[in-house]
Amino acid sequence: MDKIIIEDLSLQYADGTESLRGISLGIREKAVTVLFGPAGGGKSTLLRCLNRLNDLTEVKASSGRILIDGRNILDPKVDVIALRRKVGMVFARPVVLPMSIRQNLTYGLELAGEKRRAKLDEAVERSLKLAAIWDEVKDRLDDPAIALSGGQQQRICLARVLALQPEIILLDEPTSGLDPISTGKVEAALQELKKEYTIILVPHSVQQAGRAADYAAFFLQGELVEYGEGKTLFTTPREKRTEDYITGRFG
Amino acid sequence: MKRTLPINRHLTERIGFTAITLMAVLTVLPIVAVVIYIFIQGLPAISLEFLTGFPREGMRAGGILPAIIGTIYLTVGTAIFSVPLGIAAAIYLSEYASDTPLTRTIRIAIINLAGIPSVVYGLFGLGLFVIFLNFGTSILAASLTLSIMTLPVIISTAEESLRSVPQAFRTVSISLGATRWQTIRRIVLKEALPGILTGVILGLERAAGETAPILFTGAAFFLPQLPQSPFDATMALPYHLFVISTQVPEMPIQIQYGTALVLLVFVLTMNLIATVIRSRARAKRQW
Repeated sequence: MDKIIIEDLSLQYADGTESLRGISLGIREKAVTVLFGPAGGGKSTLLRCLNRLNDLTEVKASSGRILIDGRNILDPKVDVIALRRKVGMVFARPVVLPMSIRQNLTYGLELAGEKRRAKLDEAVERSLKLAAIWDEVKDRLDDPAIALSGGQQQRICLARVLALQPEIILLDEPTSGLDPISTGKVEAALQELKKEYTIILVPHSVQQAGRAADYAAFFLQGELVEYGEGKTLFTTPREKRTEDYITGRFG
Repeated sequence: MKRTLPINRHLTERIGFTAITLMAVLTVLPIVAVVIYIFIQGLPAISLEFLTGFPREGMRAGGILPAIIGTIYLTVGTAIFSVPLGIAAAIYLSEYASDTPLTRTIRIAIINLAGIPSVVYGLFGLGLFVIFLNFGTSILAASLTLSIMTLPVIISTAEESLRSVPQAFRTVSISLGATRWQTIRRIVLKEALPGILTGVILGLERAAGETAPILFTGAAFFLPQLPQSPFDATMALPYHLFVISTQVPEMPIQIQYGTALVLLVFVLTMNLIATVIRSRARAKRQW
């Protein structure tokens, strides 16, 4: 079933760069959908539309609709706070907030009004386990999160999103700064998470795209070139441009 | 052919380095000299009576308590007005305002405000607060005048420290479902607070030491009692120093230096507090 339906989405930034041109795409529930392609293709822009983080950027013009569970989230009347709790995001560079590990995890919940200690503790443990970092930090939850390694910080960021019990998780090159071992841990966590969550991943390499994708969408200069099941798209792409990119002829 | 250039280069570097070090030392020298001189000259005047007593014999003897208390009142009064307003303005400029002609005008106004001579502020305070708003020559009018003078310092340092908080913190916080204001209150302000506090103290320190702005707005030559309300005039250390140095004949020089010493210690203490806050925050900072 499609969790998200993107209909003819176009977007142009205030500095004149056109970032998305007429994107139409359905994103499956409880699967990993990979958005890949060379830099500047509009992948990150699309992610940032899905939780309305583009509201913070100067967007000149946008058109089209994004339906999540049938509701157009680009509608100005939509409660963006609630939307962002439902659609969590992990960024390319791990950014832990300047507070303890525990506080990083409870930050979003406390903002949402959760005050009960037991609930918060439970969310901390549950989400740290889901992000495969519980064993590494369970004895020092009150240490500053910045003291962790980059790979650990990124999993804290993932756990922080999971603590809010979102339905959709957006990951924008989450492993671009990580070593292979940490990357493996994050990828493994995603494969577990897709049983419960709808995951949209912008990978940092074609190889990662191939490994992680249930579904894959190839973006080139703001256009969606090809979309299909991961297995098919990476072995027998329909489009010449997709094939050229996958086989490393450009990009 | 032998090349001698490397030696010359070394020599040049040494001369340059020595010259720069010398200049650095030279800038510190006058400050140290002033402080030491004031301490040596002023210390004999300091006694319990000097710090806790009223002036006697036409201010030629006794203490300077009313001036000390007055300066504390004025500093606190200035803080009450300038700190909330200054921080609010800085938050607006750094977090909410986009780059429009209006905000550009505000910024230019703030920069220019900082450049206005303090005596002009005094005259402005006389016109607006003392006469037009009818506050009289009072602690209130003087505090408001000092506030206007202090605001640019507070606004620009506070804005600076707000801006130094990494943008990524804001993005992450918003992405976790925080509102802009929640983000500011819980993350940005918390991280910027030491810097803001430093600016506040430096601004207030300047206010505490100023004479010209309070000259027409709240300072009294001599008062037999402490001020009872914000609408009373008050004695203040800098003005008292001015008075006893220029207006009172046959003034014992000791009392002048004693007063200067008290003012200096008052201001340096504030400076020290600012430095401690800053260095402790820097050690604790998590980015």
